[in-house]
Amino acid sequence: MRVAVDIPSYVRCRHVCGASLAASRCYKFGRLVKEVSDEELFASGHRGCAGCGCTIAMRLALKVAGRNVIVTHATGCMEVISSPYPETAWRVPWIHVAFENSAAVASGVEAALKALGKRHVKVIAFGGDGGTVDIGFQALSGALERGHDFVYICYDNEAYMNTGIQRSGATPYGAATTTSPPGRESFGNRTFKKDMPRIVAAHGIPYVATASVAFPLDYMEKVRKALETEGPAYVHVHASCTPGWGIPSEKSIEVARLAVDSGMWILYELENGRGRVTYKPPEKRPVKEYLRMQKRFRHLTDEHIEVLQRYVDERWDEVFGEDEE
Amino acid sequence: MPHRDVMHGSRAVAEAVRLCDVKVVAAYPITPQTHIVEDIAEMVANGELDAEYIMVESEHSAMSACIGASATGARSFTATASQGLALMHEVLWIASGLRLPIVMVNANRALSAPINIWNDQSDSIAERDSGWIQIYVETAQEALDSVIQAYRIAEDAEVLLPAMVCMDGFVLTHTVEPVEVPDREQVREYLPELRMPHTLDPENPVTMGSLGDPNYYMECRKQQELAMERALEVARRADEEFRRVFGRGYGVVEEYNMEDAEVVLVTMGSVAGTIKDTIDMLGDESVGLLRLRLFRPFPKEAVRRALANAKVVNVIEKDVSIGMGEGALMTELKSVLYGSDIKVLGTVAGLGGRDITTEHIRQAVERAQRALRGERVDEVAWAGLKEEAV
Ligand SMILES: Cc1ncc(C[n+]2csc(CCOP(=O)(O)OP(=O)(O)O)c2C)c(N)n1
Ligand code: SF4
Ligand SMILES: [Mg+2]
Repeated sequence: MRVAVDIPSYVRCRHVCGASLAASRCYKFGRLVKEVSDEELFASGHRGCAGCGCTIAMRLALKVAGRNVIVTHATGCMEVISSPYPETAWRVPWIHVAFENSAAVASGVEAALKALGKRHVKVIAFGGDGGTVDIGFQALSGALERGHDFVYICYDNEAYMNTGIQRSGATPYGAATTTSPPGRESFGNRTFKKDMPRIVAAHGIPYVATASVAFPLDYMEKVRKALETEGPAYVHVHASCTPGWGIPSEKSIEVARLAVDSGMWILYELENGRGRVTYKPPEKRPVKEYLRMQKRFRHLTDEHIEVLQRYVDERWDEVFGEDEE
Repeated sequence: MPHRDVMHGSRAVAEAVRLCDVKVVAAYPITPQTHIVEDIAEMVANGELDAEYIMVESEHSAMSACIGASATGARSFTATASQGLALMHEVLWIASGLRLPIVMVNANRALSAPINIWNDQSDSIAERDSGWIQIYVETAQEALDSVIQAYRIAEDAEVLLPAMVCMDGFVLTHTVEPVEVPDREQVREYLPELRMPHTLDPENPVTMGSLGDPNYYMECRKQQELAMERALEVARRADEEFRRVFGRGYGVVEEYNMEDAEVVLVTMGSVAGTIKDTIDMLGDESVGLLRLRLFRPFPKEAVRRALANAKVVNVIEKDVSIGMGEGALMTELKSVLYGSDIKVLGTVAGLGGRDITTEHIRQAVERAQRALRGERVDEVAWAGLKEEAV
């Protein structure tokens, strides 16, 4: 169906067109008309928390993929909330095997589709940040390097949420988790977020993108490109978690958006190694604003916030520095 | 046309994979399995086998890829050994829980530490509860034939369980034997195309690998157990049918010199050859061999029947359950024979590739004979152990 999407105030026309959102028509600062399927292949009624950003990542990806897809899934929140027997939220063929092997299972599915002469069927592998940047790292690296024709989508809620909010390699600096608690000797997570998209890009695969559930059109466009890519494609989508981040459910998208507007998360894509920022925040918001909204950062002192701000500034300058007109 | 040739046991396995029209192979090299996956790679490279060959980055991924491929409806194969099998442990249980008829050859090898590439059977025996059918073979010919039979059993609608063909590393994988390679058309007739009740198919979407809470989990396990029980009969029939088509079969257990045997050696795998030779040399009617070909499902009735007239049994096995003081087969045999008067002894032998000689077998027979005469003997002995080095 054709839906009229109001361009939110944070998107300027320049960025919308620049992001090639497959707009049928783009009215300057007006409405964007875009084809978005109204078919829900990730059904409602699943067990996700109210305000879960990650379920949005599932739902929108399937809107783009359509029915002709097979999904593999790593153990994690999205797997558990979507498939408690005898219920399922998945209206497409879906398989969960273990925590660390979504990419390996997808390799097998893709090989089987080839062997059975069903190359037209797409393959999407989902994994959480833990299932991707930590325990599933090897299986993912292998699958990317071997060149399977599949799309890997990492939904990144920045900790092991399914097991009760433990830190992962994708947990940001300073964040409180149950295994990086602040205390007399601790300010929370001591390390900076692992730069997974860059590591993935080092595999030389044809398509790598970062996205956010707060920028649905941008995300969907990237999933579309990833699906159209021949060979491996990777989309790393930043997705909010209400209990994990300590945010009210109605603030889920607002917080996710502020992650991007503060530069804590940057939206870009790499097509055959050529990089492009797909959204530049109209005004750079202080990291402190983003942190203040979430319980997981509430304990941070100005000193630590300053460390994070400097970290963000460095990356901001690297990415947007020369882009200033 | 079937043809005879001399070849390594590994080659015989690769021939079986080719004959079975396997669609997806995912494998990772490990001694002594390497020749199997090399030979298959060569067949794929030469166009003799039309399969997707995934050179995965680990055995964990090899099994995971086989799970994905099998769930999509493609006949899948992998081979491994020892550390590789141990690395697969987690996903072995998932392959069987998802009821996927994957076939794997395990080239039996000792587990670390100390690291050791030589043969024993601790690796696959440690996976006995993983829900896989396990077949232990004695010869290269039997390895080839058992891979074909394994697909037939695993894919049977009454079964739908993965199957492991266990062949002793080096002893079988790296030894040249005469092998008859069956005719491809005959194999196709014996082994119809894979048809699974559910696959990952956009035309008919299903959810696989759901969360099974305490309300559902036990029934899934019971269904696996029932499928395993049915597999026993299916395996027996598959072997009979194999004999009809190809002119040879093995049974789920093999009996050798058992008519008047009071002392029976029980074993699995290639050491049965050495035992048969020793029995022949002894020329003693009262000493027999029972070789278990099927270890899972455990052929309880066949074992009880075969041992109906036995007085003393000595289990010769290449594994030990540390802390139990004996091998797993011995423990299981005692359980199967519970309530009978048969005395069960055990011999732990050949760990980490230690040679098992006819002398060791003779000693095992003698110990059993002494027990038969009412003498006190060690319940478990370690054959060829250097006592002074322990
Ligand atoms: C091999 C293994 N180790 C640990 C676990 C326990 N476990 C299940 S899900 C999970 C965390 C998942 O984290 P992530 O991938 O970030 O997904 P999320 O739950 O946050 O969505 C862990 C540790 C497991 N299932 N398997
Ligand atoms: S814990 Fe977080 S990721 Fe999991 S369902 Fe709730 S909001 Fe979503
Ligand atoms: Mg997570």
